[in-house]
Order: sequence, then C-alpha cells, then structure tokens
Amino acid sequence: MPTPNVINGIPLWWYLLVASGLFAIGLYGVLARKNAIAMLMGVELMLNSVNLNLLAFWRYLNPTSAAGMAFAAFVFVVAAAEAAVGLALIISVYRTLHSIDPEKLDQLKL
Amino acid sequence: MGGFTEVNLAEFLGILPEILVLLWATLLLALDLFLPGGIPRRSMSLLSAGGLLIVALVTVLMRPAEPQVILGGMVRNDLFLTVFRLIFLLAAALTCLVSVDFRPLRAGSEYYVLVMFAAVAMSLMVGADNILMLYLATESASFTLYLLAGVQRGDRLSAEAGLKYFVFGAVTSTTMLFGLSLFFGLSGGQLSYKAIASALSQPELRLPFTLAALLVLVGFAFKTSAVPFQFWAPDVYQGAPSPVAGFISTASKAAGFGILLRFFFNAMPPGVSEASLSWVWLMQPIAILTMTVGSLLAVVQSNVKRMLAYSSVAQAGYVFVGVTAMALGALNRAEALAAVIFYLATYMLTNIVAFAVLGVVEQRVGGSDFQHFNGLARRAPYLALGMAASMLSLLGAPPMVGFAAKVIIFREAIGVDLVPLVAIGIVNVLISVAYYLNVVRAMYVERAETESPLFVPSTLGSVVMIVAVGLVVLTFASEPFWGLALEAARAFLRS
Repeated sequence: MPTPNVINGIPLWWYLLVASGLFAIGLYGVLARKNAIAMLMGVELMLNSVNLNLLAFWRYLNPTSAAGMAFAAFVFVVAAAEAAVGLALIISVYRTLHSIDPEKLDQLKL
Repeated sequence: MGGFTEVNLAEFLGILPEILVLLWATLLLALDLFLPGGIPRRSMSLLSAGGLLIVALVTVLMRPAEPQVILGGMVRNDLFLTVFRLIFLLAAALTCLVSVDFRPLRAGSEYYVLVMFAAVAMSLMVGADNILMLYLATESASFTLYLLAGVQRGDRLSAEAGLKYFVFGAVTSTTMLFGLSLFFGLSGGQLSYKAIASALSQPELRLPFTLAALLVLVGFAFKTSAVPFQFWAPDVYQGAPSPVAGFISTASKAAGFGILLRFFFNAMPPGVSEASLSWVWLMQPIAILTMTVGSLLAVVQSNVKRMLAYSSVAQAGYVFVGVTAMALGALNRAEALAAVIFYLATYMLTNIVAFAVLGVVEQRVGGSDFQHFNGLARRAPYLALGMAASMLSLLGAPPMVGFAAKVIIFREAIGVDLVPLVAIGIVNVLISVAYYLNVVRAMYVERAETESPLFVPSTLGSVVMIVAVGLVVLTFASEPFWGLALEAARAFLRS
C-alpha cells in the first residue's frame, strides 16, 4: 500500500518536530521545576509528545491498522495511573515534610 | 493487516501463572476487606508466599516444550520466560516471608498484594514480544514498586525514597517510551519485535534506529541500575523498607535484564544489520563503568544499606559482562546467556537474605551502619552466619554459589576474547573484598556494647538459614540448574 508523505499539505516530519520539542519542554520541566506537582506535569507533557508521535506515524504509515490508536489509548491510561501513583506519593511526602519542594528531599545521601 | 488476530481461549493457558497469581492476590485483598477484622498479617504473609510457591510449581509443570507466540503476538511463552517466572515468584515469596516480622512496615494486606502484582508484571515484561506489551508491563511493575518503596506511611525516609524512585522512574520510562514510538514509526507502524527486526536492514534508517535504541536503553539502564542511571539506587534502597529494597534490587533488576535481552536480541539482533551495533558496542563500556563505579563507591560507605545498594550496582556490572559476551560472540551465545540467567538467579537468593538480615539489625539494634553489626556473631549467631554466607557469595568466595556464578560469567567472556574486560572485573572483585569482608569483620571480630542475645523472628530466621545453606549446596548441586539455564538460553535463541 503506498503511503503518502504529505497529508493536507503537512509532511510527517513536522509532527515529529513538534513532538520532539514538546518532549524537550517536558523534560526541562521535570528537571528544572521546584515543585513536585509541576514535575509531574512535565512528565505528562513528555507522554503527550509520545502520543503525537504515535498518532502521526499511524496516520502516515499504517492507517488501516488499529495498532497506533490502540497504543496511544494505552498511553492515556498509563498517564492517568502514573498521575494517581505520583500524587499519592506526593501527598505522603507532604504529610511528613509539609513541603513538596524536591530540594527539601535531602535526608538520603552519602 | 487490518484488524486484530483471533485469540484462541486455549492461548490463555500460556499466561496461566500470571492469571493465578492475579486471582489469588485479588481474592486475598477482597477477603481482607470483607472478613470481620481482616486477615491477620502473619496469615496474610504465609498465604501470599504459599500461593506464590504453588504457582511456581504450576509454572514448572506447565513449561512449554517449544517456544510459542500467543495472544495475538503479545507474549512469547518459552523456557526462558519460565525460568524468569521462577526467579520472580521465588523472590516475591521470600520477600513476603521476611516482611512479616519487619515491624516498621505497619502496612496491611495491600503490601503483600502489591508484591504479588509486581511479580505478575515482571513476568509479563520478560514475556513481552511486542513494544506495547513491553511498555505496559514495565510500567505496571514500576508503579507497584514505587508504591512499595513509599509504603512505610508516616516515615520520612520511605516517603522520600518513593517520590525519588517515582520521579527518576517516570522520566526514564517515558524516555524509553519515546524511543519505542520511534521504533513504531521505523517499522512502518507495527508493534512486534519481528516487524522492527525486518525493517532494520534499510541502510538509510541507520541513524534513526541508533537514536531510538539509545532512548530505549535509558529505560533498561534505569531498571538494571546501570551507570549512568544508577544514582537513584542508593537513595531508594536506603529509604525503602529493607525487604522491599531486597525485592527491588533482585527481581526488578532481573526483569530489567530480561527485557533488555529480549528486546535487543529479537528486535535488533546483532550481526543482522549495522544498526544493531549501536547497542552492541555500548554493552562493554556499560559493563566496565557499572562494575567500577559500583564497587568504588561501595568502599566509601559507612551505611550497610547504601553499601549493598552500590554493591548491587557492581553486581549488575558483572551481569553486563555476560551480556557483552553474548552480544559479541556468536558461537557460545547460549552458554553466555545461561551464565547470565544463572548469575541473576543466585544473586536473587543471596541479596534477599542480605536485606532480610539487615532489616532485623535495623529494627532491633537501631540502625544500619557498619557499627550496628558489631558483635552480631555473639548476639545472633545464626543470623550472623546467614549474613556471612550472603556476603561471601556476593563476593564470589569459593564454597558459595556466587563463586561458581562469577567463574562461569568470566569464563564465557574469556571465550570471546574479552580478556581486558575480565581483568577489570577481577580487579573489581578484589576491591569488593574490602566492603563485603568489612561486614563479616564487624560481626565476628568487633565487640558490641551489649552482648545480650538479639530476638530473631522464627519465620525470618528459618528463611535466612535455609537460603544460606542453599547457597553452599547449590555450588555442589548446580548441574541440574545449569542445565535448565542452558535449555532456557537455547529456547531464547531459537526464536
């Protein structure tokens, strides 16, 4: 099956560029923010950049298969579970430390 | 391929061990909820461990004679998976048994259920034959482990360990996922390892394949605590409850190696295309760095828990020596893989004992520094003997099974002319004498302030003694286990 390189005048690599940018912004957010919840939001951005990748590849390369959509749907589910686990751990830290600044997590070191 | 392939109900027999553990865990959770007063903790621990051991028996009985791909290409059920299942089930059962008397845990039945869920997810990680399954199983295993690390409610260190583990884990696994999404595109929108392997030979895709392999390797390196993604390990092991640290450092690491081997050897087989060189070439530097960084940093620790964390990084390095031998050598690939499996299995037994003893010392003596081990041989002779056996086995001293495992790994590496790598490995073993024997010296030479006997819980004491004796017996009766590892390795390579 021939696959189009350009759909509606937009080539595939535009999507990949946006996704990579989103991934980089998310990674920067995780590394630079001083608030555990903001770090969690950075991870969510990274996950969404992956979804953009998956859906672009699916639409351009193999649109008759459901694999790409199914993968993206699973990534949503994982992102939701990740947020639940992450927030539970953040609350647990807040209860003992009364802060969610990751720089205050300094009890464990050499 | 338009839709999904038909799934035959009989195919679910291939993941029967996972289904059984899942049902048993859910049943225990429900019973704990609805029985008045819940299930007592001691029964909960015994029921979980018993269930896991019975499923281990089922796994042995239902081992597949031929590798089979089931459930629409999601899972590859072969002897390799069987052996890893046994490692995970045994590790989970031992963890449940040694946790029961670990008082600081203060957790209810959800703790044991989480351990069982983790074992299920790890089995599926190693069974995955498809990048979607790989990602889902890896994340399920990670989520349960994040929660287990932070399970000591109200404890500052445990909460901190849980959150740190979560943040590092989330970033590295999402990086891995980004790499997997690139593999999805490179294979033309398909998910199976085989589809990736067949797209590999296109020369113009070499650079993207290298990039994707590097991103995926970040996730695997985190799971196996390989340098440069080892920095979370000491913090998480120190803060997490000791039995959990034992579980993370053994089962989760074995699962990490399981997915690394499965993914790279099936999706990017060495020797097929130049793109595979991207990961093949990295194995040796990773092995060298992981061994060296682990053992050098272990020397300077004053806390035994952190020492064991760096020691487990170094141990991962020795496993990477085996992986290097497997990736570079084409002739003795089965033997090298069997050496890796054998090493992971013996390391699992050894390290769980070490963390179990550490948990008792932490709880009854009041800390996990070297000085807290002073005079342990007089205060709790059997416990000290178990710890000494475990330390000697981690070191690789002759009567212990750790010696046999190290010799086999180094032998396979020399077999493919990796003499410098083995030399570095032996230097690291010599360095590790310092910190492993330091624990033994504290227990047997140093004197404690009090010589009063230490209370040792009976379940934990018997588990420690049985495994410690096993560490010696296995050396002399390793033949059937080595044979099983070799058979598993051959099944892995036949795919």
